[in-house]
Amino acid sequence: MKVVYFDNNATTKVADEVLEEIQPYFCELYGNPSSMHTFGGQVGIKIREAREKVAALLGCDPTEVMFTGCGTESDNTAIKGTLAAYPNRRKIIATRVEHPAVLSVCRELENQGYTIVELGVDKKGRLDLAELEEQLDDNTALVTMMYANNETGVIFPIEQIAELVTDRGIVFHTDAVQAVGKIKIDLAKSNIALLSVSGHKLHAPKGIGVLYVRKGTRLAPFIVGGHQEGGRRAGTENVPGIIGLGKACELAMQNFDEENSRVKNLRDKLEKAILEKCPDCMVNGDTKNRLPNTANISFEYIEGEAILLMLDKFGICASSGSACTSGSLEPSHVLRAMGVPFTAAHGSIRFSLSRYNTEQEIDYAIEKIPPIISRLRELSPFVVR
Amino acid sequence: MWEYTDKVRDHFFNPRNVGEIEDADGTGEVGSLACGDALKLTFKLDKDGRIKDAKFKTFGCASAIATSSVLTEMIKGKNLEEAAKVTNKDIAEYLGGLPEQKMHCSVMGREALEAAIENYRTGGKKKHELEGKVVCTCFGVTENEIERVIRENDLTTVEQVTNYCKAGGGCGGCKGEIEKIIERVQGEKAKEPVVTIPKKGRKLTNIQKIQLVQQTINEEIRPALRAHGGNIELIDVDGNKVIVGFRGMCAQCLLTEFTLKDVVEAKLREFVSPELYVEEDKDSAQQPHHHRG
Repeated sequence: MKVVYFDNNATTKVADEVLEEIQPYFCELYGNPSSMHTFGGQVGIKIREAREKVAALLGCDPTEVMFTGCGTESDNTAIKGTLAAYPNRRKIIATRVEHPAVLSVCRELENQGYTIVELGVDKKGRLDLAELEEQLDDNTALVTMMYANNETGVIFPIEQIAELVTDRGIVFHTDAVQAVGKIKIDLAKSNIALLSVSGHKLHAPKGIGVLYVRKGTRLAPFIVGGHQEGGRRAGTENVPGIIGLGKACELAMQNFDEENSRVKNLRDKLEKAILEKCPDCMVNGDTKNRLPNTANISFEYIEGEAILLMLDKFGICASSGSACTSGSLEPSHVLRAMGVPFTAAHGSIRFSLSRYNTEQEIDYAIEKIPPIISRLRELSPFVVR
Repeated sequence: MWEYTDKVRDHFFNPRNVGEIEDADGTGEVGSLACGDALKLTFKLDKDGRIKDAKFKTFGCASAIATSSVLTEMIKGKNLEEAAKVTNKDIAEYLGGLPEQKMHCSVMGREALEAAIENYRTGGKKKHELEGKVVCTCFGVTENEIERVIRENDLTTVEQVTNYCKAGGGCGGCKGEIEKIIERVQGEKAKEPVVTIPKKGRKLTNIQKIQLVQQTINEEIRPALRAHGGNIELIDVDGNKVIVGFRGMCAQCLLTEFTLKDVVEAKLREFVSPELYVEEDKDSAQQPHHHRG
């Protein structure tokens, strides 16, 4: 059966060009980039080139790019590394809609006695910057806020926030794993001190991440050992991962306009058709400030897991903020923070596209989705017919 | 992805007996939109008192729909005495098993059946009502219901109870109480320690006392406050005086005095030392108000 993949905020296909680029680094060019011999040294050169490509996409200096094992590691390093560098500051400001890679770290730190402030969002998932300003004080070690939300695609005004926070002499970190490659980020013109990237969200393999560390930012190492990454992140380099990410960043730059025009149009077409053809559904999140590839739609009176399973039967891959899909009993923390009513939160479906999706796939989904929704509504005791 | 049996998948994709019998003899409605699943079961009896027809409508995940569907098949042809004997275990077994975390779907099926039978026996007047003290306020699960799933399914851990009836799956504030119910019902069998906090009763050093206070706040108090948009922070421990600050919703909440005295102090006295008393540091409570959400 053909797979129609609309779950690119979960993970993406490794680009064919990326796979081709990394293949020699398993069995042929397997040397250690730290070695003195040419066999290893040539790998070191490729890593340098990859670092330059990542820096080009982010608009930063290659020395500010630190490779990590994944986006979660980047987030952990940013948060814990900053706290360790500022031992006299005991407060972190985050938001209620952060990814668990940030939220769980904060909650663990809270148990160790740190003060955690989680700012709320409004119905559309937006922040109130005045609330943030009120919270900034001399005890604040770090402000960490995601660039774009993984569930709704809502983009926070990160540049503005970074300026606000940095003006107060506080370190600002952003989890940008959903934003990098999808929207333009120019760190040369930004006040962001730390920024997390995840390779597998932009067509590189899994197991590679980046933490951007602005020059002059104090950060204690998270993983200690060898001298790799300038002593900031020990451990022999994930050579294929790094080279693959470099290539993926190069491709992202080339495909940037496509992502923001063709992919966006496909998303809009899918969203518009669903809203037209299915009664009682709504888009979650601020549609004016949103990633070009993400649509989060709530279908009222029916449950997300049931929808996903029916979609799965047609090879359509999506995800849900419903409780039942995750094994937890409550719907997604993001939708709850936005105050999405329970009637809608349990029936939320996220479609996240990539440049590999086609118009044909969108048409196929538009044909299959409405009957699934009406079929499940026939089963629902809350729909009066 | 859940591993559902072929039978679950079959009953989900091809549900039997969907709908509502208009002049039903018995109607049972359980669950709600807020809880994430709900089931309305209706049945009609023949002249011999056997279930002639049964229909369902379900809001919920695949396993909720599949359990409702098989339930209608299982009870058809049974008289009410026989139908009343159907347990959630029977339903799950009929489906070739359910993932542990989905067992509450089978319990919902059995509850709806009982509610429908009760509705018939009271002449259609009585709707299903909860009996006993509510233990889990997030999902509205009573002590009676928890006791019953423990007994019928031989459960020994809080996690299992959550899987079977959702109790404890929200804020987690009732986990201690569920643990006590398991101990009461299962006696010796309930040996799995859930509460990691060492019991009081020995003389604590200052460092131990502070650590235990922090741990009690982390594990016993904060989860419940968080569920309602609030939070608590330990500011200082001075002898037997524990100074805390309330955050978020709790900071401005009119019930602060109640929360402070009754919950925090009681928990700290239970888990740390009976001499402790709590004071609130109001100066530090300048946190934002999360009423939006």
